[in-house]
Amino acid sequence: MIDWTHFTPWTSLAGGVLIGAAAALFLLLNGRIAGISGILGGLMRPVRGDVAWRAAFLAGLLFAPALYALVTRIPAPTIEAGYPLLLLAGTLVGIGTRYGSGCTSGHGVCGLSRFSPRSLAATLAFMAAGFATVFALRHVFA
Amino acid sequence: MHAVGAFVAGLIFGIGLMVSGMTDPSKVIGFLDLAGRWDPSLAFVMVGAIVVGAIGYAVARNRTVSVLGGAMHLPAERRIDRRLVLGSLAFGTGWGLAGFCPGPAVVSLGAGQDKAVVFVIAMLAGMALYEIAEKHFHNGGK
Repeated sequence: MIDWTHFTPWTSLAGGVLIGAAAALFLLLNGRIAGISGILGGLMRPVRGDVAWRAAFLAGLLFAPALYALVTRIPAPTIEAGYPLLLLAGTLVGIGTRYGSGCTSGHGVCGLSRFSPRSLAATLAFMAAGFATVFALRHVFA
Repeated sequence: MHAVGAFVAGLIFGIGLMVSGMTDPSKVIGFLDLAGRWDPSLAFVMVGAIVVGAIGYAVARNRTVSVLGGAMHLPAERRIDRRLVLGSLAFGTGWGLAGFCPGPAVVSLGAGQDKAVVFVIAMLAGMALYEIAEKHFHNGGK
């Protein structure tokens, strides 16, 4: 059953186009993959000359809400997870993205954009786990 | 100049995440909830991002240096191994639990949301655990 009340095909498509454009721009300008977990995780073993661009990309992400707020009001998100669940989820995301060498951006957007079978395998794995987890939370244990 | 390129790319990426709906965990979980009232919007994010990303990657394919100068840093790894799959499964589980993946979590941190602060701290701790584990067991990975 489709949730038509929350379905936002056009803004989601437009947001996706911006995400893809940012990934393409970053590749062309800097020769880098726009993978957020990799950019962040790479700061944990700093190499000379490799820190500034990572920090600058993250600063761009952090500054995005301020720029967005200049144009229109930031929609309030709904976060159902409580603090203990957020701690568990964050830890799993941190460990998992480093062992799996990427997340939704690095594998899902950049990897699939260059038709990488490795990224397709990773994307299928994390999507499957995401579907299974939400199924368990919403329909088994709820 | 590399830092400027990275900042602009990060900024556009972050705006794209906000416009797309990815920074709202309830929307992400609505997409992952196939058995409930399903919101397919995030599939449109992926389509928009991958189509535009693929054009960028096709344009960049034959470049040996980036526009700002310096090498093209594309992943050379092609193996689909246990680390990739298990890591991605762990990531997907955390993603499904909270509705946050790394990019939107960092952007939401920039918006000053308490729950994003907690999630990002746990995510950084997870990444640090990975670094510690890698340092202790030189298991021939990367």
